[in-house]
Amino acid sequence: MELNVLDRDYMCSGHVGCPGCGAAIAMRFLLKALGEKTMMVIPACCWSIIAGPYPQSTLKVPVLHTAFETGGAVASGLRAALDTKGDTETTVVTWAGDGGTFDIGFQALSGAVERNEDFIYVCYDNEAYMNTGVQRSSSTPYGAWTTTTPGQEWKRLRKKNIVEALVAHRIPYAATASIAFPEDLVRKVQKAKSIKGSRFLHIYASCPTGWRIPSEMSIKIARMAVQTNIFPLYEVENGVRYTINYMPKGYLVREYFKLQGRFKHLTDDDLEQIQEMVNEDWELLLRKAGVAMSAAGTVA
Amino acid sequence: MKKVVEGSHAVSEAVRLARVDVISAYPITPQTHIVELLSEYCSDGTLNARFLRVESEHSAMAALIGAASAGVRTFTATSSQGLALMHELLHWAAGARLPIVMAEVNRALAPGWNIWTEQTDSLAQRDTGWIQLYCEDAQEALDTTLQAFRLAETVHLPVMVVLDAFFLSHTYEPVDIPEPEEADRFLPPFQPAFCLDTENPAAFNQLAPPNAYMEMRRSMQDAMESALDVLDAIEDDYERLFGRRYGAVEAVHCDDADIILVTSGTITSTSRLVLRQLREKGEKVGLVKMKAFRPFPFEALRIHTAHAKKLAVIDRNFSFGAGGIFAQEIRSALCNLARRPLVFGYVAGLGGRDVTTDVIEDIYWRTKTSAHPEAESIWIGLHQPAPAA
Ligand SMILES: Cc1ncc(C[n+]2csc(CCOP(=O)(O)OP(=O)(O)O)c2C)c(N)n1
Ligand SMILES: [Mg+2]
Repeated sequence: MELNVLDRDYMCSGHVGCPGCGAAIAMRFLLKALGEKTMMVIPACCWSIIAGPYPQSTLKVPVLHTAFETGGAVASGLRAALDTKGDTETTVVTWAGDGGTFDIGFQALSGAVERNEDFIYVCYDNEAYMNTGVQRSSSTPYGAWTTTTPGQEWKRLRKKNIVEALVAHRIPYAATASIAFPEDLVRKVQKAKSIKGSRFLHIYASCPTGWRIPSEMSIKIARMAVQTNIFPLYEVENGVRYTINYMPKGYLVREYFKLQGRFKHLTDDDLEQIQEMVNEDWELLLRKAGVAMSAAGTVA
Repeated sequence: MKKVVEGSHAVSEAVRLARVDVISAYPITPQTHIVELLSEYCSDGTLNARFLRVESEHSAMAALIGAASAGVRTFTATSSQGLALMHELLHWAAGARLPIVMAEVNRALAPGWNIWTEQTDSLAQRDTGWIQLYCEDAQEALDTTLQAFRLAETVHLPVMVVLDAFFLSHTYEPVDIPEPEEADRFLPPFQPAFCLDTENPAAFNQLAPPNAYMEMRRSMQDAMESALDVLDAIEDDYERLFGRRYGAVEAVHCDDADIILVTSGTITSTSRLVLRQLREKGEKVGLVKMKAFRPFPFEALRIHTAHAKKLAVIDRNFSFGAGGIFAQEIRSALCNLARRPLVFGYVAGLGGRDVTTDVIEDIYWRTKTSAHPEAESIWIGLHQPAPAA
């Protein structure tokens, strides 16, 4: 694997992300993998701020800031314009949060990938509307506190499975990635770059501020999400070919939950129930990938 | 070459002549014919453009924002519900200073569902920073669309070319369609002042704190204020090449008029006929056609109307709780003049109800025989008196 890509940097220091911001780490790796022939479309999200106020910019590539729900459509138009100009070299990337992807931007995203528009759509997932102060999204996981699911109203609905929704569009490439697995992330970005058509990357990006975790735990918690099967690393080609990239060691989800303030109200019973849900999702994924259950470290 | 074409297709022909690069649109009656023909032109190679068949008007405008930010020429068309859905992005396109051109076929807003003509849809977008030009017939729709690209690309603001549903969009008229070489002489290829460029990376539309935002807004207003002069110069060129010009405001028999009818869109054509008939009877009546609504043509309006005794403004639109929208703006344009006409605001033809010569004549006589307007807005042609509140 080419590791020296990690020496390149297209993100400046001095950005205004919170300490330990997973989304800032994710962007850094993304651009290392993509290089300078990249144009970023950024709908409203924390990154609208992190990217810097006028007249500064955190990124060393062109950035087109745009309205919250337009990530899929703006990228479609930008790609079309570059095509008419004969520019086939530049990669168009939409960089959106979970709210901009799972919720308000879902229509434009679905429309764009149904048309198989030639761009990479990256959702950095911090599991809530963080820019506006930690409100629930359809990506917020079962059990989580947010400012709109406070106290005993904690979210009792499952997280939307966005990758499967995209896979259902039969796009050429869809993958999950994590800031705790940078080689895997960089490889997937480079692979996405080499493919034509709609490509979707779902990057797990921890949020110390919104999750009520110490900033130095950002990477550790991201790693545990993978190790517990809460956020499996896998990729799907052409809507059918599943590859699981990491076989977990069988950690219990409670280890992940008990480190985070957003889950501190959960009882042992709740955690058991969540463990069952995670097992169920993992088994479903294994079936899709054609992996025998016994080989795959499912937690009893 | 003169051809008999549908009003919608007059717009499509102008877009073909403008050699647009990216079109993105979503179907809605009565706009659809415009983009259907363009879709055909793209598929048969008549027009070398990318046509994005997006999943909503919202995405149509968003896609053009993306495309125009890369410095190419863009076009879309919509109506009513579609325009309303775009609202947030209309502000975005203007604030981003993108020269997008859009044909907007005036259609009433639901509920109840009504596909017929009314201007409330476009006028409700008046504060978005779009230039708005209202057309009277198919020839003007073609000419204005072609001019709109030059105007937009000169002042860096998007332009809405507005036409009435059916009365204009679906009516066949003889239209002089310029040859491509002639059109090229009028409209050179788009040279963007700025665009996304990996060689010169910059951030567009980023966070603009209070210390930066206000100047950005002011520069939009400066652009708006320059737009009337720019349009005038563009019309000079156009007239030289094609022999036609319209003006932001057109005044007919206003010099000696006591009463001036003020109209926009196809009601203007009907009013021309009424004007002729009334003049033949010796009535001192004039007509002002409002083509530009944004920027608002304050100067021209004042020059043509200030000496009259009364204005009869016909609004095929309404702002609830206020009144007809042209009438409101005309009142405010005149209010500081020492000598100014009384402004009678008439509301007629909502939801596509026909505004006939009889209706316009009725408006004229009511204005002449009333010392003062009987109400803020006088609704014409209601089937029964509105029930008491
Ligand atoms: C139409 C619209 N509605 C609401 C907002 C306010 N808003 C801006 S960012 C945001 C939340 C973004 O959440 P997400 O996409 O998850 O990104 P994050 O902030 O978590 O990085 C909201 C609600 C907006 N800008 N536009
Ligand atoms: Mg989020």
